[in-house]
Amino acid sequence: MELLRKERVDRGIKVRTEGIYAISGWQEILYLLMPRLLLIVGLVALPLILEPFPYWKRVINIMCAYAILSLSFDFLANYVGLANLGSALFTGVGGYLSAIFSLKLGLPVFLAIPLATLSGAVVCTLLLLPTLPLRGVYFAIVTLMYPLLFSRIIEALNILGGTNGLSGVPGFEKALVEEYTVILVLLAFLFSLRRLVNEDFGLVLRGIKDNDQAVKASGINVTWMKAIAVFIAAVLGSFVGSYMVHLYMWAGLSLFALDFSVIPIASVVIGGGGTLIGGVIGSFILVPLSEVLRAFGTLRIAIYCIILTVFIVMKSEGIMVYLQRKYHQFERWVKV
Amino acid sequence: MEEIILEVQNLSKHFGGLIALNKVSFSVKKGEIFGIIGPNGSGKTTLINCISGFVRPDEGHVYFKGKEITGLPPHKIANYGLVRTFQIVRPYYSLPAYKNLIIPLFSPRVRKMGGWRGGGKYGDRDAVAVDILEELGFERDSRVPYKLASSLPAGYQKRLELARCLALRPELIMCDEIFAGLSMSEVATLVPLIEKLKMEGLTLIMIEHRLKELFKLADRVMVLHFGEKIMEGEPYEVIEDERVKKAYIGEEVF
Amino acid sequence: MYVLIYGLINSFILSLLSLGFALVYSIARLPNFAHGAIYVATGYVGWFLFNRLLLPFPVAMFLALLFSALTGALIYRIVLIKVRGMTLSEVIASYAIGIAILEILRWGGLRGMTFMLPVLIPGSVEILGVSIDYQRLIIVGLSAGLLLFLYLFTHHTKIGLSFRAIAQDERASLMLGIDSDKAALLSLSMGSAFCGLAALFILPLGNIVVEAGYSTLIFALAVCVVGGLGSTAGVVAASFILGFTQTLTEKLISSHFQMVVALLAIIGILILRPSGLFGKQKELEERV
Repeated sequence: MELLRKERVDRGIKVRTEGIYAISGWQEILYLLMPRLLLIVGLVALPLILEPFPYWKRVINIMCAYAILSLSFDFLANYVGLANLGSALFTGVGGYLSAIFSLKLGLPVFLAIPLATLSGAVVCTLLLLPTLPLRGVYFAIVTLMYPLLFSRIIEALNILGGTNGLSGVPGFEKALVEEYTVILVLLAFLFSLRRLVNEDFGLVLRGIKDNDQAVKASGINVTWMKAIAVFIAAVLGSFVGSYMVHLYMWAGLSLFALDFSVIPIASVVIGGGGTLIGGVIGSFILVPLSEVLRAFGTLRIAIYCIILTVFIVMKSEGIMVYLQRKYHQFERWVKV
Repeated sequence: MEEIILEVQNLSKHFGGLIALNKVSFSVKKGEIFGIIGPNGSGKTTLINCISGFVRPDEGHVYFKGKEITGLPPHKIANYGLVRTFQIVRPYYSLPAYKNLIIPLFSPRVRKMGGWRGGGKYGDRDAVAVDILEELGFERDSRVPYKLASSLPAGYQKRLELARCLALRPELIMCDEIFAGLSMSEVATLVPLIEKLKMEGLTLIMIEHRLKELFKLADRVMVLHFGEKIMEGEPYEVIEDERVKKAYIGEEVF
Repeated sequence: MYVLIYGLINSFILSLLSLGFALVYSIARLPNFAHGAIYVATGYVGWFLFNRLLLPFPVAMFLALLFSALTGALIYRIVLIKVRGMTLSEVIASYAIGIAILEILRWGGLRGMTFMLPVLIPGSVEILGVSIDYQRLIIVGLSAGLLLFLYLFTHHTKIGLSFRAIAQDERASLMLGIDSDKAALLSLSMGSAFCGLAALFILPLGNIVVEAGYSTLIFALAVCVVGGLGSTAGVVAASFILGFTQTLTEKLISSHFQMVVALLAIIGILILRPSGLFGKQKELEERV
């Protein structure tokens, strides 16, 4: 009897597209560009296709918003080593700030959102700063607690609108702006983060994840680097918060809801951690799914958590990683 | 040059009831190779940790080039030019070998100095990294510098660790058991490297167990035992000293 | 006087809540974010056994306690053992399990009516001019008793001593033949049992609501962070500090500010003394 083992080999076309040979023929160019083109064209075309279904257009917007949060979580968890269990902190702070800027300061939407994004990110980074010199578990604990604490404090002290929230927040004037802002921002963040993690700065962050003592011994102020990384993630999260506030024209306790913390984590684990695009695809699956399962209420979160745990326990690589592997490599049986 | 580059005064550190260092004092001259030896548990690694800022000493002072560095955070000390290796070498596993060097090349010290030996100031750190690796024996044209750091054999990993230190253009390197776990041939390739570094003006503190190689390289040696300095001098003096022999081998009971 | 007495009582309540979490973290190095979920779930199981299956209350309590210990053990055996050592995955997994349990309860169990557990001894007594219900006194006794039990257990029994060994140095303990997996399993069961115990005695003071799961987790985390992760003395000290501060704010300002106190305490501790009041971990963990 022959002993066989499975071997994974790069596909011919993958090898042919390495380095400068990528432009040697239309097949190679297509191989490289197609996945990206598919994503960009698909996303951009989606609102047009769904024109007769405004409900689903809204779902697409929410889906892209969650995709941005997934980027934020994946970046912090798999490129810097910080587990952010409370992305809701970012959305809550960014959202309430944007509402305040529009309502109290009367700023127009296209100013309020960027301002809230940046200031929200600064506030969140400051809030998380004390945990950065410490072990990773402190960051997890504190990020878990902040959204829960803030929502209870707002409710208990009845500030910032209390349980009723702040209504009358101005929305987007044109439907086109409303739809495409989030899509374009998602694509922009996705591609720039991908660049960033392969740039020198990104390599330092990945080094911190692997062995932060060595990075310290190499003359780098690790706490400061982590702070910048948290700031970047907070920018993403605060943008989502301020976008949602103007989408719904209302800012309330739901900005600190568990959904914003859990769904990104589930998306990243299911979609494939460490690839950035994995979390995005994960959101594209989970968010429409949760709309379909609307009748189940908060059970949806429970289901996602269970699926997420199963994925972790099975040490699954995630959907995107699996698909990427299939795309780049093929398997065959060889004699031992 | 007889100038003193590192001065350690009365360094003490205890962990709960355990006294790891007890009023250790010594000074290292610029350009020399200073060895530190002692049986296991004598506090050698704690000494390095205290000097390099990873552990705050309870008492004592450390002066580097005349400036007090006691209790500073490790990255600041590294930026002053005092670097250390780690006994258990753990490179950045997810990165290729030469990318490991990007991290030290990113540090403020290197950026201020205008890159490494003139090149690599404005972003071409990859090329500089491969240059550094070549200095340390990673053949440029082979695939070795590009392999994932986790797949390198032990001798290469040690050299990568040394490269990490060199990338910072240091003035003093503290090597924590750099010969540990290496085969005879790997050690044999490392020794000329260290001699070359000394010739280029680098000061080295070497903590070692492999006394034969150390005594070939070191100018002076200090012996630690239970956290105290029991002897300091030239290698041939130290090896003959009664106290040192007692510490390592023990004494006759009968 | 009210502040003094109720401050004391609240401190004991807090320490009862937090002991389970602290135990698991100091021995198994696992932050069990499902702590709050086990709390509420045990309460619900107790209620169900007592009110639906009409079992006598002591029996229901005992079975509910068993349930909590079993849940802890199962969580470890099925999930955490696979991801031991990968901090990121441990944290996410226990977080996800906790939320799953709580949200399932919210949707399928604790819905539609008020759920209450009966107190052990109804009525109250007057001490030094302040009226205190018997249940609270029982809680104080229980909390103190548990602390004593823990002390004796970890200092005088074989298992307890192996717990302390693992808490100090896992590698060395492994070399001495102490199975850290079994110890982690046991500590997770014990920690969950403590949590369940806390639930069965504290929940009768009010209703069983899913929110209690999240609040319990927050308070337990606050106490452990302020006291120092990995230190039981820290848990006690922190419970007293937080307990008294919360009672003070409740009396002087309003009860709503309790959460604010917890938040400020955590931020304050992380800025001033990150390893917590009694945290010994900071120096020795330099893993060079």
